[in-house]
Amino acid sequence: MLPKRVCELRDVTYVYPGEAAGDSPPVRPALDRVSLSIREGEWVALLGNNGSGKSTLAKHLNALLLPTQGDCFVYGMSTRRSEDIFSIRSSVAMVFQNPENQIVGTVVEEDAAFGPENQGIPPLEIRQRVDAALDAVGLLEKRKKPVYTLSGGEKQRLAVAGALAMDTPCLVLDEATAMLDPQGRADLLAVLSALHEKGKTIISITHRLEEITPCDRAIVLHSGRVAWDGGIADLFLRSSSFRTWGLDIPPLVSLWADLRRRDGMEMPPLPSLNEMAEALCP
Amino acid sequence: MKFLNHLTFGQYIPAESPVHTLDPRAKILSVLVLLTGIFLVRHPLAFIPWGLLLAGLTALSRLPFSMVLRSAKPVLILVIFTSLIHIFFTDGRPLIDLRIVVVTREGVTMAVYMGLRLLFLVLFASFLTLTTKPMELSDGLERLFSPLVPLGFPAHELAMMMTIALRFIPTLLDETDRILKAQLARGASFDRGGIWKRLKAFLPVLIPLFVIVFARAEDLATAMESRNYRGGEGRTRMNPLRWTGADTAALGGILLFVALLFLADRRFLS
Repeated sequence: MLPKRVCELRDVTYVYPGEAAGDSPPVRPALDRVSLSIREGEWVALLGNNGSGKSTLAKHLNALLLPTQGDCFVYGMSTRRSEDIFSIRSSVAMVFQNPENQIVGTVVEEDAAFGPENQGIPPLEIRQRVDAALDAVGLLEKRKKPVYTLSGGEKQRLAVAGALAMDTPCLVLDEATAMLDPQGRADLLAVLSALHEKGKTIISITHRLEEITPCDRAIVLHSGRVAWDGGIADLFLRSSSFRTWGLDIPPLVSLWADLRRRDGMEMPPLPSLNEMAEALCP
Repeated sequence: MKFLNHLTFGQYIPAESPVHTLDPRAKILSVLVLLTGIFLVRHPLAFIPWGLLLAGLTALSRLPFSMVLRSAKPVLILVIFTSLIHIFFTDGRPLIDLRIVVVTREGVTMAVYMGLRLLFLVLFASFLTLTTKPMELSDGLERLFSPLVPLGFPAHELAMMMTIALRFIPTLLDETDRILKAQLARGASFDRGGIWKRLKAFLPVLIPLFVIVFARAEDLATAMESRNYRGGEGRTRMNPLRWTGADTAALGGILLFVALLFLADRRFLS
């Protein structure tokens, strides 16, 4: 049996309101006839430069935005049906870029509980979910602390915990690593890997190519269109197109690609530092 | 260094005490009863039992008494001002006559009396915020006002607004601090010139602050929506409020105390 479809976009075009009408010349839509589907259990990296439409696409998966044209389905439910919005948001949780602007509670555990409280979960189960979510991001010891005493990285992890506590099968992270230091980023990626192992569908939006090696699949958006959709290893082979897509080529990737092009150089399938060192100096 | 860190908000002081663990509804109602009592009881000697009650409650809450007294500091000016007005503008038997200003015996009594009244009002009210978490307070208020919801009273919305305000006060203070420093770095000065000039100097601080607040509000609304927020409807709580025997006893005790004081007061006055 084929894995279930988590979400499916069919010819989705989105134009931000106020831009469609008006006397200014017609602007480019934020999403331009995008079609794609994401299967259960996948870890998808959604890449693209600023203004490529990544965040706009992410907001469609949570019914925060509705397509101007085309249709968006989440677990088979159309985001256009307002009766299904509650179920859609209980299936797809989102983490946004700026943690400061998405934390509602004044105390760590109260914020983590905000989602499940809205879902109408019984108090005891909320307590369990909150403790498990805070434990997963390493904030369990700080659960009684006021939010303003947390560091930037801790706030970002709290935002992730808030989404985890909603216990959704799918998690969307919109540049959630942007405000983290290298250690915080590595910690968050470890949390995501563990969740992926347990079968959660994860969609991470990023423009940092270093972070996508653990993902299963990459989708590159460019000017509101899907420019590439395929495996991670194949994407790295296409590194010559990165400049047109507005993506930076990390030094490791360009070294990997250069070495690979030479004859007789056995390179690992993915540009990872350890495996490359192994291949070069056996 | 921060310019604004001397401001403390939601001055809750955590401690393990029977007062801290009471249901916030019991505490809010008790304080309301006490405040009404302070206005109803008119005999000057009544300040002795009020003082004893405050001292007793403070001991029970395990907070230092000085901390409770200090919480009245911000309103001290108001108390003194009110007292002064009463000293100089009450008719009666003159005590000191300086022709232009006349201090009367009644005036002095009134001044001491009104000052103490105000002081106790503030002390009891801040005792509530010292011993109750802001979130509990807003939860308690939401539940107390919930009978008015069918009449269209937005109990949940008000409580949520209070929570968000408390959540964002430290964030916005940081933000203001940052803008102040950015303007100072570009040579702005906020402490020179007359009042008008100083107010004008603050405009470049206020405008970016407003822009930031609106952008934040937009982001927060989106995040709340994506976390399935639909207002109070169908919402449960991780820590639901629980009214226990201790709460009934506490509220009952305060009611009895105020009622007895009120009856005694009527006896003495008549």
